[in-house]
Amino acid sequence: MSIAASFEIEYLQYLDAEGKLVRNDLPEFAKDAKQLVELYKTMSFVRVFDSKAVALQRTGKLGTYASCLGHEAAHVAIGSAMHIDDVFAPMYREYGAQFVRGVKPREVLMYWGGDERGNDFSGPAHDFPWCVPIATQCLHAAGAALAFKIRKEPRVAVSVVGDGGSSKTDFYAAINMAGAQTLPYVSVIVNNQWAISVPRSAQTGAKTLAQKGIAAGLECLQVDGNDLIAMRTAMDYAIKRARHGHGGMVIEAVTYRLSDHTTADDARRYRADGEVKAAWEREPLKRLRAYLVAQKAWSDKHEEAWKAECEKIVDVEVNAYLETKVQPVEAMFDFVYADLPPDLQQQRAQVLALEKR
Amino acid sequence: MAQITLIEAITMALAHEMAADASVIVLGEDVGVNGGVFRATAGLSEKFGPVRVLDTPLDETTIAGVAVGMATQGMKPVAEAQFDGFVYPMVDHIVCHAARFRTRTRGRLTCPLVLRVPWGGGIRAPEHHSEANESIFTNVPGLRVVMPSSPSRAYGLLLAAIRDPDPVIFFEPKRIYRQYKEEVADDGEALPLDVCFVLRDGSDVTLVTWGAQVKETLEAADALAKEGISAEVIDVATLKPLDFDTIHESVKKTGRCVIVHEAPRTAGFGAEVAARLAEHAMYDLVAPVERVTGYDTHIPLFRLEMKYLPSVERIVAAVRRTLAAS
Repeated sequence: MSIAASFEIEYLQYLDAEGKLVRNDLPEFAKDAKQLVELYKTMSFVRVFDSKAVALQRTGKLGTYASCLGHEAAHVAIGSAMHIDDVFAPMYREYGAQFVRGVKPREVLMYWGGDERGNDFSGPAHDFPWCVPIATQCLHAAGAALAFKIRKEPRVAVSVVGDGGSSKTDFYAAINMAGAQTLPYVSVIVNNQWAISVPRSAQTGAKTLAQKGIAAGLECLQVDGNDLIAMRTAMDYAIKRARHGHGGMVIEAVTYRLSDHTTADDARRYRADGEVKAAWEREPLKRLRAYLVAQKAWSDKHEEAWKAECEKIVDVEVNAYLETKVQPVEAMFDFVYADLPPDLQQQRAQVLALEKR
Repeated sequence: MAQITLIEAITMALAHEMAADASVIVLGEDVGVNGGVFRATAGLSEKFGPVRVLDTPLDETTIAGVAVGMATQGMKPVAEAQFDGFVYPMVDHIVCHAARFRTRTRGRLTCPLVLRVPWGGGIRAPEHHSEANESIFTNVPGLRVVMPSSPSRAYGLLLAAIRDPDPVIFFEPKRIYRQYKEEVADDGEALPLDVCFVLRDGSDVTLVTWGAQVKETLEAADALAKEGISAEVIDVATLKPLDFDTIHESVKKTGRCVIVHEAPRTAGFGAEVAARLAEHAMYDLVAPVERVTGYDTHIPLFRLEMKYLPSVERIVAAVRRTLAAS
């Protein structure tokens, strides 16, 4: 027999869990300590925000909330590698990417706080909103990429899906379409090892999730998703080649969900404390902070001051969210159609009449 | 002006709108060189090229999801579901996304796509090629559900569907794709998407129908006329949102209503028409509303399918019952 096709999946890591460089080909952006500090500060801000959001839910001031604890490097890398006119199609916990793209924390809180206006956000007007049904956003991103290709615009669509989401038809369909049409589409699998209670091992027999892209004809890479430098390097590479017409890519960001799935979940029911404890050793902020401290670009003093600053900013955002008045009841009718049909006008009038009683 | 069939009118509308608007993209399985399995897109690939007339991978989820994504980014995709029975993998994208992007984002993103669905039975096709599944979509907020029944209405309604700022499910009654020709001007004139069409005036009974059943319903009206019974025939055309006023005005005049549709009876769209009559027209009615529909079974394979579809005889019998009741 001869070999019809063969493949290998490369794994990219720059910083190990201790923050030590494991490669000597540091990319340009990472040679600039200032840039790294800014990215670290964003990751750190996301963590403060996340913890505040969970607290808001626990005290009844927010609905069910999906924490991003442990995903900060992957998310911030994605957001910071994208151009503002690229299109982002998130799942529902990529706050780091969204904040970089201009979405306000108060808008994230508004969505989880039960108000659609959170999706009419300050980020790019063409970005997709949260996508709850799992992996459908992958095809929307592929569709956006097809629109860019047809219009010959140098823009890229990026979607995020989880390890569980990478089992879905839509994930496969999107990368298949991207391969068939050479679309400027980057599919990031943020593999946090758990799809609610189902472990990564139960999702697929494939050795890596990245290799799913091979069957679609895409370039694939597995990355240490807790390593900001590796993640950003991978995203820069994928987005650049997509923008230049070289087609799509699948990036598997290997990370760990340090939180429950959402605030409605209790992960202690299905995973061992030891596993979570070990994962904390590999978490993304610690290693980048250690690296920056070793570079003398960051210190405990900086850390303390920035944390205090984050708390202040988050408080302002939380207050803005809490002070946002509920939409008027007729808001449920306002955006069903461009023009409200007569039968819906009647129902709208009925609702208003009930309110006035 | 050309004498054309319903399917030729579909092609003419697609070609007109593709020429007028560069954001209109046709996509689906076999829509390119092959021109679609029914030839709805015949000649479009030659005219507009393979980028704008796109043969997708053979996956309905892909077609729907990609169409949704394109539509949110300023394109006007006209996606083809090759057959009615193949729309089910598309439902997730239509219901969860196409229908609600506008509301979910408070109007920031919209989804002006058209999903063309060759629809219904009576062409001796294999299983899953003969479904009348319009009521799956009529219960979904944010969608328009449209079904033409003549070449001129197919042309005008498809233009309107493509130009509409919201997602439109455009069912094409394939049994009457080539039933007859009529003169249709390629004038780019759209028809309204929010009215029923009164196809025949009458005074004794109102016959409400849509799609391929318009054929049998008009034939039933002819048969009834020979007995001196005057039937008004309404083609609903746009099921959602429903122009109930036109139906109500007719029933005020006739006092009787027979609803004819091909889909199964229970929770078929006829149930919505009947419910609105019960709510708003109870005192105009002199006889119970009748429904002539497909049965609550799967449409049988083709040896029996014509026994399943509403026939002229069943429609006439229902009208006689409403006349006997008062």
